[in-house]
Amino acid sequence: MALLSKKDSKLITDPLADNNPITIQVLGICSALAITAQLKASIVMAVSVMAVLAIGNVVISLLRNIIPSKIRIIVQLVVVAALVIIVDQVLKAYSYELSKTLSVFVGLIITNCIIMGRFEAFALANGPWRSFLDGIGNAAGYGLILIIVGFFRELLGSGTLLGFKVLGDPIEKTGLYAIGYENNGFMLLSPMALIVVGIIIWVQRSRNKALIED
Amino acid sequence: MNLKTRLHILKRKLRGSKMAPAFGALHTFLFLPDETTHNGTHIKVADDLKRTMNTVILAMIPCLIFGMFNAGYQHNLAVGDIQAVTSGFFSAEFWTLDNFFIGFWKIIPLVIVSYGVGLGIEFLFAIIKKHEVEEGYLVTGMLVPLIVPVDIPLWMLAVAVIFGVVIGKEVFGGTGMNILNPALTIRAFLFFAYPTWMSGDKVWVEGAVERTREIAAGANLDAISGETILGSLAQGKEVAFSTWDMFLGFIPGSVGETSALLILLGGLFLIFTKIGSWRIMLSSAVGAIVMGLIFNQIVDAGVITESSKFYGLMSTPFWEHLIIGGFAFGTVFMATDPVTASQTNKGKWIYGFLVGFISILIRVFNPAYPEGVMLAILLMNVFAPTIDHYVVQGNVKKRMKRLKVKTA
Repeated sequence: MALLSKKDSKLITDPLADNNPITIQVLGICSALAITAQLKASIVMAVSVMAVLAIGNVVISLLRNIIPSKIRIIVQLVVVAALVIIVDQVLKAYSYELSKTLSVFVGLIITNCIIMGRFEAFALANGPWRSFLDGIGNAAGYGLILIIVGFFRELLGSGTLLGFKVLGDPIEKTGLYAIGYENNGFMLLSPMALIVVGIIIWVQRSRNKALIED
Repeated sequence: MNLKTRLHILKRKLRGSKMAPAFGALHTFLFLPDETTHNGTHIKVADDLKRTMNTVILAMIPCLIFGMFNAGYQHNLAVGDIQAVTSGFFSAEFWTLDNFFIGFWKIIPLVIVSYGVGLGIEFLFAIIKKHEVEEGYLVTGMLVPLIVPVDIPLWMLAVAVIFGVVIGKEVFGGTGMNILNPALTIRAFLFFAYPTWMSGDKVWVEGAVERTREIAAGANLDAISGETILGSLAQGKEVAFSTWDMFLGFIPGSVGETSALLILLGGLFLIFTKIGSWRIMLSSAVGAIVMGLIFNQIVDAGVITESSKFYGLMSTPFWEHLIIGGFAFGTVFMATDPVTASQTNKGKWIYGFLVGFISILIRVFNPAYPEGVMLAILLMNVFAPTIDHYVVQGNVKKRMKRLKVKTA
C-alpha cells in the first residue's frame, strides 16, 4: 500500500470489522431496521451515507479551526443538512422510484448518529485527508451491515435479489416454489431486521472474543 | 448385568468427552444418576424438572388424542362422508377409527418434527457450550403441535422451531432464562412469517388446502373449508356450531385447543398436582370475563350497532369467549409457564388478569389477528418481571414502614 500509510489504512479497515459502527458501537440502528427489506435500497442508502459522511467529514475538518466550539453542533447540522438535501435531490432526479421507497429515511440521514458521531469524534481533531478516509471507512462499515441484512431479508422475505427472482416465481410455482417453499413474510417486518443484526453481532463476537464487553 | 448398570459403566467411559452431556440427558431421563454429593445440605424430592415437565405433558395427552379424532372428524364432515355429532361427547360419529387415523397420520409427524428439531438444537447447544442438556424443551415440544393448524407444512414447523428455540430461548441462556414462552414464540413466528398457513378458512380442516390446489389443477371436486369460530365472528358470518360443540371441542381450530372440556380437566390435574398456578388460570378467566362484560354492556347500551365490524365479536356473550379460540388452552398451559409468568403471588393475579383482559381486547379490535391470546401472553411475558419488581418493592416499603413505627 503505497497510497495509504499503515495508520491511514487502519482508518478504513477498522470500522469494517472490529470497530463497526452498527455491530460494535450500536449506532445508526434505526435506518438499518427501516430500509433493509430490499437489497437495492440498502445499497443506495449505504452509498448516500458514504457521500454525506465523507464530504461532511472533509468540510468539518477544514472548518475545524474556525468553528467556535459553543455553536459547533449547529454548524455540523448545517453541513449535514446541506449535503443530505443534495443527495435527496440527486436521488429524486435520477431514480425517482427508489427515492420514493427510501422516502423520509434519506432526510433522516441527518439524524443518523454515525454522522454526528464521526464529526465530533474525528473530523474536529484531524486533517481533511484523514477525515475523508475515516468517513469512507465508517460509512463502508455501516453499509456492509446494511447490505448483509438487506441480502438476507430480500432473499428470504421476497425470494428476490435486486429484484431478480433468484428462487423462482412464487405465483407460477417454478424453482424452489415448485417443491412447496414459501417466502417468509416475517423477514419483511422490521423486528426481523433487528434479529438479523443481533445474529450478526452474535456471530462476530463469538469469533472474536476480545469484542465481548464486561 | 441389567440396563441400569450398563448405562452407568457407559457413562464412566464417556465422562469428559464431548458427548457426555447428550448421554447424561438420555441417561437421567430413564434413571436416577448414581453420583452422590458429599458436602452441603440437600433436599431430596421426587419432582425434579423432568418429573414436572412430564406431568404437564400428561395433562396435554387427552387434548392431543382428541385433536387426532377431531382432525379426522372435521375432514370427513367437510367432505360430507359423515353427519355432524348429535349425542354429546360420546357421539359415535366422532370416535371412529377412521377419524382417528386421518388425524394420527397428520399429527404424529408434527410431534416428531417438533421434538426432533427442538431436542436436536438443545443437544447441539449443550455440546457446544459444554453444559448439561436442559429439559425445557420437553413441554414446548408437546405444546407446539397442539397450537398449530393441522395442515401446516412440516418444513415450516421445523424452521419455526429452530427460530423459537435459538432466538426465543438459547440466546437468553437456555431453559429458565427465557423472557418469552418458547412455544408461543414458535407460533408467533409462524403467524407472522407464513400468515396464509396460520389463518383463513382453509388451514383448519385437514386436506382443504390440497383440495383447493387440485380444483385449481382441474379436478372435479367440491371445495372444502372450515372457518374457526373467531374467524367467522370477526367477519360477521353466522357461526355454524352450537355452544355445546364449542365446549366439547367439535369445532375447527388448532390441533389441541378445541376441546375446552379436556383442557379444563388438564388444568384441574395441573392444579391438583400443584404444577400449574391456579391463581393465573383463575385471574385470567376473570380478566376475560370482565373485558367480555364491558363489551356486552357497550353493545347493550346501543353504542355499537350491527353495522359495525366489531359487532360480531363484541356481542358474543362474555362466557363464550372462554371456550372459543385458544383462550382456554393458552391460559391453562402457556400463561402458567413458571419461567415466563410472574413469580410472586400478587404478581400472578395481576399478570393473569391482564392476560385475559388483553386477549379479549385484541380479539375484538384486531380482526386481522383473531388469536389475541398468543399476543396477550407474549406481551405479558415481557411485563412479568416489571410486575414482580413492583410487588416486591411494595412489600419492602410496607415492611420498612412497619419497622419505623416500631422503632419510633
